[in-house]
Order: sequence, then structure tokens, then C-alpha cells
Amino acid sequence: MNDGSPAAVVDARGRRCPIPIIELARRIGDVDVGEIIELLADDPAAAADVAAWCRMRGHDLLTAAPGAGPGSYLVRRLG
Amino acid sequence: MGAFQLPAGVSATRIVRGTPQALSPPPRLAARMPPRGPATSGHLLRDGRSVTLVPAYLDHASTTPLHPVAREALLAALDDGWADPARLYREGRRARMLLDAARETVAGVLGARTSEISFTASGTAAAHQALLGTAAARRRAGRVVVVSAVEHSSVLHAAQRHERAGGEVVTIGVDGLGRADPAAFEAALDAHPGTAVAALQHANHEVGTVQPVAAVARALRRRGVPLLTDAATTVGRVPVDLAALGADLLTASAHKFGGPPGVGILAVRTGTRWANPLPADEREHGRVPGFPNVPAVVATAAALAVRATEIDAEAPRLAGYTERLRRRLPELVEDVELLGPGGADPAVGLPHIVAFSCLYVAGEALLDELDRAGIAVSSGSSCTSDTLTPSHVLVAMGALTHGNLRVSFGRDSTDADLEALLDALPPAVRAVRERAGAAGL
Repeated sequence: MNDGSPAAVVDARGRRCPIPIIELARRIGDVDVGEIIELLADDPAAAADVAAWCRMRGHDLLTAAPGAGPGSYLVRRLG
Repeated sequence: MGAFQLPAGVSATRIVRGTPQALSPPPRLAARMPPRGPATSGHLLRDGRSVTLVPAYLDHASTTPLHPVAREALLAALDDGWADPARLYREGRRARMLLDAARETVAGVLGARTSEISFTASGTAAAHQALLGTAAARRRAGRVVVVSAVEHSSVLHAAQRHERAGGEVVTIGVDGLGRADPAAFEAALDAHPGTAVAALQHANHEVGTVQPVAAVARALRRRGVPLLTDAATTVGRVPVDLAALGADLLTASAHKFGGPPGVGILAVRTGTRWANPLPADEREHGRVPGFPNVPAVVATAAALAVRATEIDAEAPRLAGYTERLRRRLPELVEDVELLGPGGADPAVGLPHIVAFSCLYVAGEALLDELDRAGIAVSSGSSCTSDTLTPSHVLVAMGALTHGNLRVSFGRDSTDADLEALLDALPPAVRAVRERAGAAGL
């Protein structure tokens, strides 16, 4: 499945940073390389930290994808 | 610049030496004060004077202990500068002489004229007065205020006030090192011909990035727009010369360079249009109303004068600490991201500040761990802020905002402080990650 819809969803709403990022890191292995995982998070630090985590781990944050927006982060696993 | 001298005719003979054992606070105050710890722990001898510090106080960019020279000046001025400097009798004249001498000293160190310097109640108050006063005076030129995204909250709060009063605020972004681009300021000014004032800090308070103030000042001058530079992070730490910077307004804070708390410095260059946004009286060139704190201002001048003689020798020593810390961190801690340019080149980074973020670590938990180990540092992570929002500086840089620490060295800092941090940090990070179940992720 590589059509832009997530293969897994991590719901970290109501959790404070860095827990959403830790949950995302824990679950990234659940999707295959090239697939998308969605993180739901409403912590004010999540937007900055998801982007930084993707940069540090070499994954792709799909900011412009449909469905991406406030509280929803689509990450394509690249490694 | 020599040490601050008391003016001729003012006696400094009644200097009261610090004898804390002999002085007891009133019983009601004493009941609220924490008990004094044993004299052995964290009781250090510095400059021949005992100062109670934690084993490694590494938060000198937040505030730094009173400089011993400032302390002596403060005690002398409490005795000699208590009267109203606006009064014409002998005691008033003596306070006026002290205040004038302090102003001359500060002006001399900063490369300003005496008439350009005013003393406020804090660096924050100075920033508010500087920004809002220029915006008020240049109302007819326009209602736009341009600020960098990484200004201190005092500048941003003043800009927000301007916006709420019907003005417009344009924010200039920064690169990954926290540096603003002069071309971005030029583009903003060209897009907003009605700009009243722009603000760019001399250096960033969280990551130590030195900003291209002189280049931005030149671009603004060509367009007739005044520049405010918040220099609270640099004054008394690195050489600051108002003429070389080219800024029209500059602000600073005494307690950040070894002066006392409660004194800010506001410099408004001659010819800069400025109108007090608050009710004014005749004090401080009409820029700061109310009875001035002459003893604290005298201590500020003494601190700044002595710092000007110290910083050349101190900078390489502190840069050595920051470079060693930046080199060792990635070896000692997994998944650590160093922030800012570092202090190797004074043109781009301050010598005394190191900032970094540790992946999967809650900043507050890390501060707690380090505090238990006797290490005092600060953090820009959201969980350490009252508002639970991450540092706007880290967000603007695109940096990891959690697990963030700022380590800042000062004149008291030693190799032992750095070693204590290097010993304490790796197990602290490990403990926080293990508790969060994030080890090995």
C-alpha cells in the first residue's frame, strides 16, 4: 500500500512531548519502507519535533499531503 | 576603559563589609527563608569571598552573581548616593555626581554619548520603552514594526502590544543556526514602506548566535528606518560598540553582566525619533520616570567598567569550555543535536553559550536529574515553560524542541564545573530515557 494513505496510525492526542515522538519512533517499524505512518498529536511542540525527528532519522514528513494538517502528521518511512 | 572611579569629593570610606553572620533578618522574614546549608557543600571561595553556589552553576546567561567590584560600589553608594539626585543641597548633589559618573562610565564603555544613556528598572522595561517609544514617535512614517523571529520575549511582547494597538508586525525568519538574513530585512522593508522601526538582537539568548546587526543597520539606514538592538546577551560579555553596530537604539540588563538586579540600560542615539509611550517626568532625559536607584546604577557602571577590562582574557577560556562541551557531547550522549554556531568564531557565535537537544528526553525531567546532581542549567523545552509551549527560538530554527538544554559559562566558571556537567549529563539522559521507555529507539 503506497497510495498516500497511512498503513498505521499512532494516536498520541493528549500526550505531552516527547511522548508523541517516542510513540512514533516505537511504531515506525510497524510499516514497511516506503509506507506511511500517521501520528495524531495535539501537543504544541509536536509540529516542530516531528519535523526534527524526521530530519534526524532520515524519514519524510509529508507536509503537503492531503490529510496532513493541524494535529495530523504523515511520515513516509525511508529507512 | 579603567575601573569605575567614585567622583572626587565623594567619600567611599563607609563601605560596609559583608558580615552575614552578624546580620540577622527580622524574625517574620527569617521564618520564610530556607535554612542555611552546611558550610561545606556548595560553599566556594571566589575572589577571596565566600559565595554560595551549587557545585556547578552553569546558567550565567540567565543571571550571574554580583561582581565583587559592583558589590563594593553598591555598598559605598548606598551610603553616599541615597539622596534625591534632583535636589540641590549637598546630599542631592552627591547623589547626582554619582549618577552622572555612572552614566559617563556606561556611555564610555558602549561608545555612546552621556545624553544617550538612560537607566530603567530592567532590561525588559528598556526593550519595551525602546520599541514602543520609537514606534510612537514615527507613527506618521508608518505602523509596521519588523522583528526577527528569535528576539527575546520582551521585544516580542512590545511588538504584540503595538499590534493590539492597531499596528502591524512583520516577522523575519532565521536559518537552522538561528541567524537572520540581512536580505530578508531588506525585502521586508521594501514590501512595507511604512515601517516605523525594526528590531534585531545583537546575539541570541538561547543558542548564542551573533546576528548581522551592522549589515542590517546599514540597510535600514539607507531606507531611513531606525534599528533597535537588544544587547542583553552581549553587553559585559563581549565587546559592544554602539557606533560599530550602527544601531539607533540599544538595550541591556545589568544583572546579566555582574551588576545588580533591577537596572536596565536604554541607549537612544542622538537624532533618533523617540517619544515616551508612558507618562513621563524630567528624570532620565524624560525616558524613565520616577526616583532612580542610584546605588544600583553606580554598581551597574562599576560592573560594566570592570567587565570591559576582563572580557578579552576571559573569552578564550570560556570558548575553550564551550568547544570542549560541543566536542564531547556527541561522544557521551546518543542522539544529541548541537544547536547554533558554537563559539569558535566570535563573529558568528558567543563564547559562553552551548545549546543542544536530546532526542526522546523531557526537558523538565532532565533539569530535575541534573539539579539532583548539583548542576544548574536552563531549558527551552515546552514542559519547562509556564505556557507549555516550546521555545519560539527553537521552533524558528527548526530544531528539536524537547530535551533542550542551554549551558552558559561565566567569569566564575572553572574546569571543574565543566567536568561535573560531563560526569552528570550522560547518566541523567540515560535515566530519563529509560523511565520513558525510549532507550535504544
